[in-house]
Amino acid sequence: MPVSFIQPEFKVKIDYDKCHKCGRCVQQCGWGVYNFNERPIPDDSKCRACHRCVTYCPAHCISIEKNQLAYRDNDNWSPAARKAIWRQAETGGVLLTSMGNPLPYTRIFDQLLLDACQVTNPSIDPLREPMELRTFIGHKPDSVGVEPDGQGGFRLAEGEGLQNNLTLNTPILFSPMSYGSVSLNVHKSLAMAAQRLGTFMNTGEGGLHADLYPYQDNVIVQVASGRFGVNQDFLNRGAGIEIKIGQGAKPGIGGHLPGEKINKEVSSTRMIPQGTDAISPAPHHDIYSIEDLRQLIYALKEASGYKPVGVKIAAVHNVAAIASGIVRAGADYIYLDGFKGGTGAAPQVIRDHIGIPIEIAIAVVDQRLRDEGIRNWASIIAAGSIRSSADVAKAIALGADAVAIGSASLMALGCHLCQSCHTGCCSWGITTQKPELTRRIDPEWGAEQLTNLVHAWSHELQEILGALGVNAIESLRGSRERLRSLGLDEQTNKILGVKPAGM
Amino acid sequence: MSMGPGVVEGYRKVAPVVTRDGGSVTINAGGIYYRQMNEAIRAAVADGTTHIVLDNVNGQRYIGTGVSAKGVKIDVHGTAGNDLAMFMDGPTIEVFGSAQDGVGNTMNAGKVIIHGDAGDVLGYGMRGGSVYVHGDVGYRVGIHMKAYENLVPIMVCGGKARDFFGEYMAGGILVLLGMNTQFAEQPLVGSFVGAGMHGGVIYLRGQVESWQCGKEVGITEATEEDMAALKPLLADYCETQGTDLAEVLSVPFTKLAPFSHRPYGKMYAPM
Repeated sequence: MPVSFIQPEFKVKIDYDKCHKCGRCVQQCGWGVYNFNERPIPDDSKCRACHRCVTYCPAHCISIEKNQLAYRDNDNWSPAARKAIWRQAETGGVLLTSMGNPLPYTRIFDQLLLDACQVTNPSIDPLREPMELRTFIGHKPDSVGVEPDGQGGFRLAEGEGLQNNLTLNTPILFSPMSYGSVSLNVHKSLAMAAQRLGTFMNTGEGGLHADLYPYQDNVIVQVASGRFGVNQDFLNRGAGIEIKIGQGAKPGIGGHLPGEKINKEVSSTRMIPQGTDAISPAPHHDIYSIEDLRQLIYALKEASGYKPVGVKIAAVHNVAAIASGIVRAGADYIYLDGFKGGTGAAPQVIRDHIGIPIEIAIAVVDQRLRDEGIRNWASIIAAGSIRSSADVAKAIALGADAVAIGSASLMALGCHLCQSCHTGCCSWGITTQKPELTRRIDPEWGAEQLTNLVHAWSHELQEILGALGVNAIESLRGSRERLRSLGLDEQTNKILGVKPAGM
Repeated sequence: MSMGPGVVEGYRKVAPVVTRDGGSVTINAGGIYYRQMNEAIRAAVADGTTHIVLDNVNGQRYIGTGVSAKGVKIDVHGTAGNDLAMFMDGPTIEVFGSAQDGVGNTMNAGKVIIHGDAGDVLGYGMRGGSVYVHGDVGYRVGIHMKAYENLVPIMVCGGKARDFFGEYMAGGILVLLGMNTQFAEQPLVGSFVGAGMHGGVIYLRGQVESWQCGKEVGITEATEEDMAALKPLLADYCETQGTDLAEVLSVPFTKLAPFSHRPYGKMYAPM
């Protein structure tokens, strides 16, 4: 019997002097780490370091440590590279992983600094003065027609002003995550939070479960290449419609939701038989060109009574030209997903090596659309590892209208980034369909966690705007003059349209 | 085509002339932009009209797109443009001419009868209803057709088809007859038939070589049982298309069905 070369990544340490022998760790672990024989006995090889047992241990007697095996030093062949080879030699399979790109690429957001007012112009105290975060997503008119209001003033002429825009109380949406990749309780939490916050959640490609109908005015429905769950009723219910072309974690490839995750409920929402793989083709086979994309955009508008239709793409090398085409094709918003965006399952080689950073993508798309005089035709939603309100402010200063958060929203629900969504065994009850695990999230609690997070970030955004001396998020949008870079090379500064600190 | 939002040259963006005759409405689509033409169709459906006649159609897109209604019949005289009957849920559309690409795209229910030829990507993601084409069809026809519970989409093409017939097919019944064709010298069907297929069934009137088919499909001769199940469907097709059923049945059919509902189940090594 050959042994696996792969050694456990973590060590589960239990302080048996403190252990109550209550067995809660056994019950909490989704990966089957623990056996109970008078006391819990861990199998290190199954541990994902998700900390569910650690969090719920009443005696605080569990700790998870890295398995610090010594390898002979070799900067070229990292332990991770060796592990990947051993796994592929065992299986012959494409390495499958989840969540965002963990490799140490430059994090541009962390090398950008925001400005503040000092002496020569006043900062604003957002606690006592109005500070507007309201954001409109959609096509903005080229001009605004007014007519006399009969009282010596003017009013918007009929049919003028904003039409068919999505109104957000704060420039933060929830990213598309399908029911199937996440549990129904996660979807409910997101929908309830979106309604309370005055923003939007997004179905991802998996249809809209009937339990979410009460929240449909705060739901963007997604149409992707597999067309799962898409019918006329689905399009009628969404506040907006999104065509998904690509995803930051896996640009250019399709998806397979494995048959074992297609239970009765997921099957009914996707409208496919139970146990069948849900295969999303890599491209939409009715879209081979910008003209074809325009055809689908207008098909969705025709079918939905001209609701706003957005297009989500992964940020790739030629993103600015692609974005220009998408906007000219009639999209009301373009959703850019950077290469650190999360996923419920993606081939590791794709996740870790394809795409470009969201910071670069925002800057080049915003600039290209401005240069072409069409920036007002569509909004930009940016995503792909937005980790804090600072990232939100920097993304907006670079040119985004709003951001979308996926990984961060799941962290608000307990995600510890163990990168194991694809196993379907999430101990936190997030990326699983096992009823004993999904019931761990009470949607009411989940909605409160998400609402708290977005409220906190919104308050922080108001503080940042106050420091910048502006009273509306509109005034920061695309205002790269309020950013400086630290330690980025000249070429990157030029692409970002940002001066180095000190200039 | 101009690329400004919603502007297409050559069509007038005005309401078409609509004439009513009892329960029937005739829309003169000649030179009318698709949006105004489709508004007139939707208005007629909303008024409870059960028979709509479109005259002088010349490539207008989205006819019947998103129309949800039972018992409505739409007659199209001319050439129907792309995405005919997309998301359609219920009506019957009869095209006295040919149709372009994307017929029955993500369609839910209803019937589309095309008396001429049709283009590429027919029935993409189609979940229910039926599409009957008299003549030849293009590439990627029947792509990702699926079935769910009592919804089983049916597509019958009377002529020949190009590559990727029934690609990714996940459900439904896709039939190719090879009879009413302009391409007598061409093979019945191109290559990559049923590539990625993981549900549903394809029937070809005649033979197909294994090299023409995706590795996911098994090729067998249709059994008597298969033909007994197929016959009512073919009879319905023949009735609407004026094709001779006995001639259709005079050639043995080949049946293509997937080996697995999970063709890529073993492809990955979870980390």
